[in-house]
Amino acid sequence: MGNKAEINPEKELNTEKELITGLGTTSGNMKKTEALLKVEDLSLSFTQYESGLRQTELKVISNLSIQAYKGEILAIVGSSGSGKSLLAHSILGILPSNAKLDGRIEYNGAELTQERKEEMRGKEIALIPQAITYLDPLMKISNQVIGCVEKKNEGLMKKLQREIFQRYTLKPEVERMFPHELSGGMTRRVLVSTAVISSSKLIIADEPTPGLDEKTLNETLSYFKDMADKGCAVILITHDIEAALKISHKIAVFYAGTVLEVANVEDFKNNGENLRHPYTRALWNALPQNKFQAIKGHQPMQDEVIDGCIFYERCSRKKALCAQGLPQLKQVNGGMVRCNNAS
Amino acid sequence: MSNNEKIAGFVGKKALRLTSLLIVVCFASFMLIQCSPIDPVRAYIGEMPVTAEHKAKLEAYWGVNTPPQDKFLNWAGDILKGDFGTSLIFRIPVIDVIKERFTASLVLMGVSWLFSGILGFVLGIIAGAKQGTWVDKAIKTYCYALAAAPTFWLALVLLMVFSVYLGWFPIGLSVPIGVTADDVTFFDWFKRLILPALTLSLLDIAKITMFTREKLIEVLSSDYVLFAKARGEKGLDLVLRHGIRNVALPAITLQFLGFSELFGGTVLVEQVFSYPGIGQAAVAAGLRSDVPLLLGIVIFSALFVFFGNLIADIIYEFVDPRIKQQEASV
Amino acid sequence: MSTAVVTVNRGLFRGLNLRQKTLLIIGSTSLLLLGIVVSSVFLGGEPLQTNFGSKNLAPSLEHPFGTDWMGRDMFVRTLEGLGLSILVGGLASTISTVLTVILGLLSSAGKTADSFVSWLVDLFLSIPHLLLIILISIGLGGGATGVIIAVALTHWPSLTRVVRAEIKQLKTQEYIHISRNLGKSKWWIASKHILPHLVPQILLGTILMFPHAILHEASVTFLGFGLSPHEPAIGIILSESMRYLSAGYWWLAFFPGLSLLIVVLAFDMIGENLGKLMNPKNAHE
Repeated sequence: MGNKAEINPEKELNTEKELITGLGTTSGNMKKTEALLKVEDLSLSFTQYESGLRQTELKVISNLSIQAYKGEILAIVGSSGSGKSLLAHSILGILPSNAKLDGRIEYNGAELTQERKEEMRGKEIALIPQAITYLDPLMKISNQVIGCVEKKNEGLMKKLQREIFQRYTLKPEVERMFPHELSGGMTRRVLVSTAVISSSKLIIADEPTPGLDEKTLNETLSYFKDMADKGCAVILITHDIEAALKISHKIAVFYAGTVLEVANVEDFKNNGENLRHPYTRALWNALPQNKFQAIKGHQPMQDEVIDGCIFYERCSRKKALCAQGLPQLKQVNGGMVRCNNAS
Repeated sequence: MSNNEKIAGFVGKKALRLTSLLIVVCFASFMLIQCSPIDPVRAYIGEMPVTAEHKAKLEAYWGVNTPPQDKFLNWAGDILKGDFGTSLIFRIPVIDVIKERFTASLVLMGVSWLFSGILGFVLGIIAGAKQGTWVDKAIKTYCYALAAAPTFWLALVLLMVFSVYLGWFPIGLSVPIGVTADDVTFFDWFKRLILPALTLSLLDIAKITMFTREKLIEVLSSDYVLFAKARGEKGLDLVLRHGIRNVALPAITLQFLGFSELFGGTVLVEQVFSYPGIGQAAVAAGLRSDVPLLLGIVIFSALFVFFGNLIADIIYEFVDPRIKQQEASV
Repeated sequence: MSTAVVTVNRGLFRGLNLRQKTLLIIGSTSLLLLGIVVSSVFLGGEPLQTNFGSKNLAPSLEHPFGTDWMGRDMFVRTLEGLGLSILVGGLASTISTVLTVILGLLSSAGKTADSFVSWLVDLFLSIPHLLLIILISIGLGGGATGVIIAVALTHWPSLTRVVRAEIKQLKTQEYIHISRNLGKSKWWIASKHILPHLVPQILLGTILMFPHAILHEASVTFLGFGLSPHEPAIGIILSESMRYLSAGYWWLAFFPGLSLLIVVLAFDMIGENLGKLMNPKNAHE
């Protein structure tokens, strides 16, 4: 059903490709060996004050590693409110002042320092935010899509913006609207436009699909597929594993602040036999078209201190070893996994 | 179409509110004065020698022996006709006193309102944008100190510095003796306006600055500013593009909601600088038991505050595009 | 790689964490205010010496705030005035708080009562505050009592507004619904469930009411209403000083006013820091 929506814009895009982004690369002639974005051992914590001004430290992300390649879509899947968005904010360098970030982020072979993040964002790295609250409520849409540009480029950008709007079937009057006047589907397309107009090479989409009907969902997903086909690296942050499976090349499973498994999309076929981590398998089993079986228990709270594997409490195959230290992230069968049992 | 309906509803609601408010304010303040031991006849006579006959006449005129509810109805009836009675101090109709004095005060309040609004907004934006730096701290300290400063004391200090020490302005700032108010030149008039207006502005700035600062900090930590940063916007451009746009309306609204405090400040400032405005008249009326004038001033000051709130409501309901849309879609 | 590091221990009290710093500020300012009240009570016992041999002296080591036209020490007069101000402010805030609690509970009792409270708040806010105080104090027959009662009767509306909003929000909570379904009376819910939640809010509101009450009392006194010229009130001292301004006796007005400013500032600081302790969301600022 969604196929039509997926294919049509793609064809249109190919003809206009040079005109729009000038990226000129296709997934075919790319070197797949070098990751565009490399996140290694990233940890993020916040200093907070509780009632009575007692200072506490809240760890949100710990020892997280992922890699994003040009021409590929990497989905980061995890339940809502588990700190996935903060990963996006860490990469873009837009964390609040009480955040403490450790680890290493590399972009295009060089370390992504805060300075370099500030330089790159909006030009090389683009964020597609999750909700309408990320648009200035008092600014007309076209100004927001175009963003802050020099006077002499304004005409050019305006032209570009009109072309993008036309491609995404946004009517000309949308330009002059305020954010609150947009419908859900329009909002989605406007937010995607902001990334497309920037001609960035790394696109991070933060929860782009909630609350969309089947048709709009497929449409939105097709936009990301287009971007990847044109050579962008796309990171899709979502809690919707089904949506992620439709278009992604790789799926990173995010749990309690870290990635438990990075699986290729093919691993989810054949009843999920090739999946490496019990949690990923449980997620797969929870899907309605599979066993529709919810997993018992809940994710550990962010202020809980856990010695062993973070999945220990809920794991059906735990061993004594699992209670001692976080399992190392290891390469298994073309993917990554953080589990003592996987081999 | 629906917009017209909305305006009609708004006007109707506000008119109803104004009427009920005026009735209650009139009644409550009249009854309050009735309870007080003020003797209007004695207040009127003052030091004058009067005959017993004259005194009886005056008592009849002031209705000393009529029951309070009748007195109120008489008074309210007169007010409906536009007759606020005669001022005991000035010996002219209350409405004339108020007209002249309120005009003078409106000029004073208007100047300081504008000045403090603009300067306060700019300072607030600077402090908010530079949150945590020494600039922010300096502005914050200034605001805290001024918010805590007694109005009349600040007026006295300015008077000591600029009039006594520097001698730039006369100490009594009222109309020079022997010159009627009509003969005052523009320059004289302007000169006696400066210090009171300055005092009022300095005090008012604190409130609007702190508000603007807090609002800007709130805006700067919003999702849309986060996204703007993620798109490479930064520094002054970011503040100008998103901050001012989103802070201006609430700040203007707050300025209009501040009419009540502005009036209170004017009363004190006029007293120190002998500025012939409504505040000075109110104090004189209160101290010398000029009941008709005091009640007249109370009513007009309530009107003044009401219109400030009304303008704030209009901005809120009709100018902000978000509200406009919400109402239309409901 | 680390981007932003927490900034807590900068500035004045290096080495203390934010909690200790906040407690220190609250403690020291409270001590200052307490000291003023206590010493003014002690000084109030004996009448101030008039010494015409040392009148209108500029500030010196012996008379830090100078002396007035009767040779009275301005420092002592100011201290007594501040003590009086704080006491009047305290009385006014207490009465206003009691009114707030009563009206707050009343507004939680039902829809009609709530609209009455809201109407009363609007009514009190419709006349400029200073004018309202003047009007009420005249209605009460003027004098010190008139002013004090007028100040006390007019400072509840803004806190009542806050409390009303809070109650509205509390009432949507689950446990209140459960209580109601269990057949508890409105009054029982109001006093057992709603009031305890409001206590910190009201306490803070009371402290933040102090400065307003103090400034209003001083203003009205300055204008000539209320306290008699013999009382050592800051408003009286300043209105007296106006007569000596042209003679250049600047200290008569400057120090008493500045002291009042400091007292008001001290209350503001206590209130704000207590607020931070209770609601630490914005502690990073």
